[in-house]
Parts: sequence; structure tokens; C-alpha cells
Amino acid sequence: MSNAFTAYLIFFGPLAVVLVFVLAAMAERRRAGAAAEPDFFARNGWPVAIFLIVAVGVWMLVMIVLPALYMVDYSFHPKLPPSQRGGPRDIYTLANYRYFLFGSPTDTSQWNSTHLYAFWITIFVSVLITIVNFAVCYPLAYFMAQVARPAAVTRLMLMLVVPYWINEILRAFAFRVLFGTGGVINEILIGAGLIHDRIDFLGLDVALYAGLTYAYVLIMMFPLYNAIESLDRNQIEAARDLGAPWWRIHAEIVLPHAKPGVASGATLVFMLCAGALAAPLILGGPKTLWFTPIVYDRFFQAFNWPQGAAYALVLLMACMAFVLIVMRLFKVSLSEIAR
Amino acid sequence: MISRAVLGVYLVLFFVFLFGPLVVMGITAFNTPEYPQVWPFEGFTLEWFAKLFQDESLMYGLQNSFVIGAFVVALSVPLGLAGALVMTQIYARARGLYYLVVVAPVLTPGVIIGISTVIFWKDVTAWTGMKSLFTGFFLATLGQSTFIASYCMLIFLSRLQRYDRTQEEAALDLGASRTQVFLHILLPYLRPASFSAAVIAFLSSFENYNTTTFAILADKTLTTVLAGRVRAGLTPAISALAVLIIGVSVAGAVLYEITRRREAPA
Repeated sequence: MSNAFTAYLIFFGPLAVVLVFVLAAMAERRRAGAAAEPDFFARNGWPVAIFLIVAVGVWMLVMIVLPALYMVDYSFHPKLPPSQRGGPRDIYTLANYRYFLFGSPTDTSQWNSTHLYAFWITIFVSVLITIVNFAVCYPLAYFMAQVARPAAVTRLMLMLVVPYWINEILRAFAFRVLFGTGGVINEILIGAGLIHDRIDFLGLDVALYAGLTYAYVLIMMFPLYNAIESLDRNQIEAARDLGAPWWRIHAEIVLPHAKPGVASGATLVFMLCAGALAAPLILGGPKTLWFTPIVYDRFFQAFNWPQGAAYALVLLMACMAFVLIVMRLFKVSLSEIAR
Repeated sequence: MISRAVLGVYLVLFFVFLFGPLVVMGITAFNTPEYPQVWPFEGFTLEWFAKLFQDESLMYGLQNSFVIGAFVVALSVPLGLAGALVMTQIYARARGLYYLVVVAPVLTPGVIIGISTVIFWKDVTAWTGMKSLFTGFFLATLGQSTFIASYCMLIFLSRLQRYDRTQEEAALDLGASRTQVFLHILLPYLRPASFSAAVIAFLSSFENYNTTTFAILADKTLTTVLAGRVRAGLTPAISALAVLIIGVSVAGAVLYEITRRREAPA
């Protein structure tokens, strides 16, 4: 780290924030006087209180906040050999972000079209897959939550839980067996006389998009089911008795009620799709564009870690933007999305 | 009547979509050709399963995955528990920010957690002279626990919502210490949630690829070996492994469901 000030800021800034809250809480207790609740130590007892403080301190600061802040700082540094780090050449720079935009750390005359296009296609396809997954899941989620008998729901749930725990690499592998040039789908199409030449599904990205849709379909299912399940069935009956057509029941009663579930599922599916690494590595052809493998290559092919950190942050920004948009659009809070 | 038929067709299609690829992959595990092939079925064989157990790096990765999974459970379940308990007690003005911080790992792509863990600990271990800590094993455990602890916390939180505080007051009135209340009332109440959290934590660790592939450095886990194999070329041995994992998952899911139902009636 070149700049001692930022080092202090990264390591002591979060501590200062915690301290401010602790002091504010203490001041508030003092104002409340005798009416105040027992303080943290009195309430938990010393041993438990210390366990809570140490555990949450380590997790929140050392595992979540500091690595994240450090990565942000790191992405604004040039790539240097270890001996020169902290030396005069270790300055703050936008070179890594400039590379993402223009394909060169200095020249800004033309766009880095490959990476920008890959980024755009990743976001666009992830949004599409999120929508498709919602459409695929909604009928079954509604059926299980409102229509089916409890015994049937138990059986369906068990059938859903099992594939949920199958590794994403094995899922991607299954899709390669299906979509490969010598794969099952090509064999069937040729056997049926529909095509003569084998189709390169991997090169056309068909396999990748299908595989991603498949991989995260259940991530959408469970939040959606939970949300629809909490809807009082009488509301649907009432609407039906009043003569509402089926589509209005869904549009005006079920969906508004299930909004938190939709938001939760959509956020998770989008995040997992946009951040998918195994599927594009396994199901992509040589020309496949997906952003995560590009980030991966910054580390393992270009060996440029600061640039990799910058790319990772670009991806993180996209995911944060998506979460914010979903929160706005659906008017839900963060605690409704993550549960 | 028509809507019934539409529903039936949809259900069949959905489950064909869900299980079809897995069934196809499963068949290739028992077929003799070198390339995973469903049709023609040239002959039944268990050769690919045998190959699996002779594969040393796969076995090594498997062993590592188990050990890392155990450490992740041991770390993230207590962290999640502490996180949830602090959430119920924290200073009201700080709650929003606290929630944002501890839930953020769930909404962050795994690759980013892996990358930041590696970058951070590489420098920290170098400055503090603890370079021997900079191992794939240590980093994978930490990186995975970062977000798995959030899963555990969410599980504990939902159970804590139904916690009856009057039990604690009764115990305190009867002369129990705060620590005794924690050990003999709160922890037993959270036992089913701890069990769920441990299972979820182990499974999430075991099948994780995105975070692990960065954090594991030069070491290996089952998923990283597997990813390397699949990229290098297709062999029915991987289908065989998938069949085994599916078998274990089915057994595990059924066992988990049974235990859960027994632990928490209705």
C-alpha cells in the first residue's frame, strides 16, 4: 500500500463507525436513565457477551468489510512486483478501469469492445434468464402453494430438493452430454431426419444459456413458493366469487402478495447467473462471451491481480445496481429479499 | 377439465426438464464407450465407477472437500448464531447498516468473495509475518464461511422470531445465571435450527466452486478437480461420479426431511 493514510482509513475506518454507534447507544441509555433496558453485558452475561462480540467482530470486520474495502483500494493500484510495492511507482491510478473501457491502460482512442460487449451480454442474458425462470416456476409454485393437497406438496418438494443439491459443475456436464456435437440432442435430430449436419450448440451459446436457465430454476422456485403459500386462500375465493377472470386474480391478488418472493428469487437468480463461472467455462465455445471467465483470466492468464480486482468490482457494481432496481421496482426492503 | 390437462402437461414437462439431463447423464455412466454416450447402449459396465476410485487427485480433492466442509461448519454455525443474536439486541439505529453488512455476502457473486479473500490475506499474512497461514486450505475455509455464516444467520433468525422470552425471565427469577439461561434454554431451543444450519453449511461448502476456485490457490477440492476434468474432456467416469453424488444427495435429502419432521412437528 503506497499511501499510509488510506491504510489507516481501511483498517480503522470501520472500527470508528462501530465506535460511533457504541457511543451513541451509551449516550441514549444514559438519557433514558432508570427506564433503560439492561446493557449488553448484563443482558447476556460476560462469557456470552464476549463470545458475541468476538464472533461478530471477526465475521463482520475481518471477513466481510476489510477484504471488500481492501479489494477496492487494490483495484486502483498498478500491477507491480512485490519488491516495488509501497515504493515510488505504487501510485493511485485508474489504469485498470481504463483498460476495461478502452483495452489499454493509457490510450483512450477506441473502446475495449470485446470486454464491454461480454459485460453487456452477461447482464442482458442474465436478466432474460431471470424472467424465463420466473415464468417457468410461477405455475408450479402457485400449484403447490394454493391448489395441491399437502401430501402431493410433500412429494413434489422432495422431488425438487434433490436436484437442488447437485453440483453446478455436474449440471453443466450433463448439458454438455446433451448438447455436444456428438451429444444426445444431435443424435436425436439426425435420427429423426430433421438435420443432416450436426449443430454446434456449444459454439452457438445455446448450451450455455439453457444450462444457466436449468442451473438456477430452483433458486427461483423456493422463494416464490414461500411467498404464494402465505396468501390467504379466501382472498382468491372471494375474487372468484365476485366474477374475476383467472388472469386478474393472478395479476391483482397473487402477484402483488408474492412480490417479496419474486424480488428475492429474481435477485438471487440474476446474481448467480451474472457471477456464474463453471457453466461458461464448461459450456462455452471458443467464441463464447461471458464476463466471469474474463475476470478469471485476469488472474490466471494475465496474472494481473489489480486489474482482476477492478473487473470483479465492475461485476459487483452491476449486481448492486440490480438489487437496487429490484428494490425500487417492487417496493420491497432488503430484509424481504434476503431471508 | 382443459385446465387440468394443461396443468398435467406442464408438470410433466417441468419434471422432464428437471430430471431429463440427470437421467441421460446417469445412463452414460453405465455404458461402455469411452465418450459419454446414451444410444446405442453398447453394454452394461461398472468400469467407470472403478476408475473413479483409482483416480488419486479426485480422491485427494474429495478428502479435502470433506475436511474443509467440517471446518466451515465449525466456523460458520457459531458465527451465524452470534450474528443472529446480535441482530435481536443491536442498537436500533445501527440495525439497518448491520443487516446490510451481514447479508451482503448472500447477494455477492461467489467469485468476488473468493477474490477479495485472496487479495486481502495475501498482504495481511505478508505484513504480519504469518506467511505460513497463506494456504488454500485456510483461505477456502475463510472465504466460504464468509457467506455460509450469513445463510446460518438467516436460519437462526427465522427460528428466533418465535422465541418466547418469558422462559428466560422464569429461569432468571428462579436464580439461573445469564450463562445458564444461554446454555440450558436458548441453545436447546435453537437445536433444530443449528442442525439445519450445519447441514446447509456443509452442503454449501462441499458443492461450492466459485469462491473456492480462487481461494484454494494451488490446492484442490473435489469441485476444482472436477471442473478441470470436465474442461479437459468428457469421460463417463464423471457421469459415474455424478450418479454417486446424486445417490448420496437423495439419501441425505430424505434423511434430512425425516429428521427435521421429527425435530419440529408442524
